[in-house]
Amino acid sequence: MDANAIWFFVFGTMAILASLGVIGQRNPMHSVMLLIVSFAALAGLYILLDAPFTAVTQIIIYAGAIMVLFLFVVMLLNAHTEDDMGAVLGPRGMQIGALLSVLLAGEVVWALKPLGLGYFNTDQGTVSSISSVPRIGMAIFTTHAFAFEVTSILILVSMVGAVVIARRQH
Amino acid sequence: MISLNHYLVLSGVLFSIGTAGVFLRRNLITIMLSIEIMLNAVNLTFVAVGRYLGTVDGQVITFFVMTVAAAEAAVGLALVIALFRHRETLSPDAFTLLKW
Repeated sequence: MDANAIWFFVFGTMAILASLGVIGQRNPMHSVMLLIVSFAALAGLYILLDAPFTAVTQIIIYAGAIMVLFLFVVMLLNAHTEDDMGAVLGPRGMQIGALLSVLLAGEVVWALKPLGLGYFNTDQGTVSSISSVPRIGMAIFTTHAFAFEVTSILILVSMVGAVVIARRQH
Repeated sequence: MISLNHYLVLSGVLFSIGTAGVFLRRNLITIMLSIEIMLNAVNLTFVAVGRYLGTVDGQVITFFVMTVAAAEAAVGLALVIALFRHRETLSPDAFTLLKW
C-alpha cells in the first residue's frame, strides 16, 4: 500500500467518523466543532486529488467563514441541549427515513461496483495542469464568467435577505 | 492503489450520513449542519471526477457550490434566528402551522 492510499484511508475514516459525530452529538456546539474536523479531512483529500486551491478554499471559506457563522448562531441562541432522546430521534416515520438513507449508501456502493476501477492519470502534465491556480482562474473568469457574475448577485440577494429576515420587527 | 471508485464510495457514504442526519435530528441547526455534510460529499465527487477527467471544471463547480453554501447558510441561519424568536425552540416540530 503506497503513501497515497494510507492517507486516503486516514482522511476518509476521519471524515466519516467526524460526520457521524456531527449527527450523533446532543450539543450543537460539539456538532459544529466535529464538522470542522470533517472539513479538514476533506481538505486533506483534496490535496491528495491534486487540488490545493480547493483545499485552501475549503479551509478558509468553509471552516473559517461558514462554520464561524454557525458557531455564532449557536452561541447567540444559547439553546445547548435538546429535551430528551425521543425528541432527538423524532417520530417513527423519520427513523424509517434514516434507514432508507443507510439503504442509499448500500445502493451507491452497489451501483459503483460494476463500473470497475478508474485509476487517476498520474503523469506530470495532467497533475500540474489540474493543480494550477492560474488555470482555475482562467476557467472561472472566461468559460464560467456568467455563472460567476450570477453568483455575485446571489450573494448580494442573500446578504440583504439575511438582514431583512433576522431583523427584529418593530 | 486508490481509484476514482474509492472517492465515489466515500462521497456516497458521507452523503447518506447527511441524509440520515436530516431525518433523525430534531434540531434546526444540526439539520443545517447535515445539509453542509451533503454539500461537501457532492463537492468531493466533483473534485474526484474532475481529477479523473483531467480538467479543472470540477474544482470550479466546487468553488460555486461553496459560494451557494455560504449564501444558504446566511439565509438559513437568519431564518433559524427569526423562528427561535417566535417560539423559543429549535425543534422543527414546533413549526407545523402550515402542515395540512
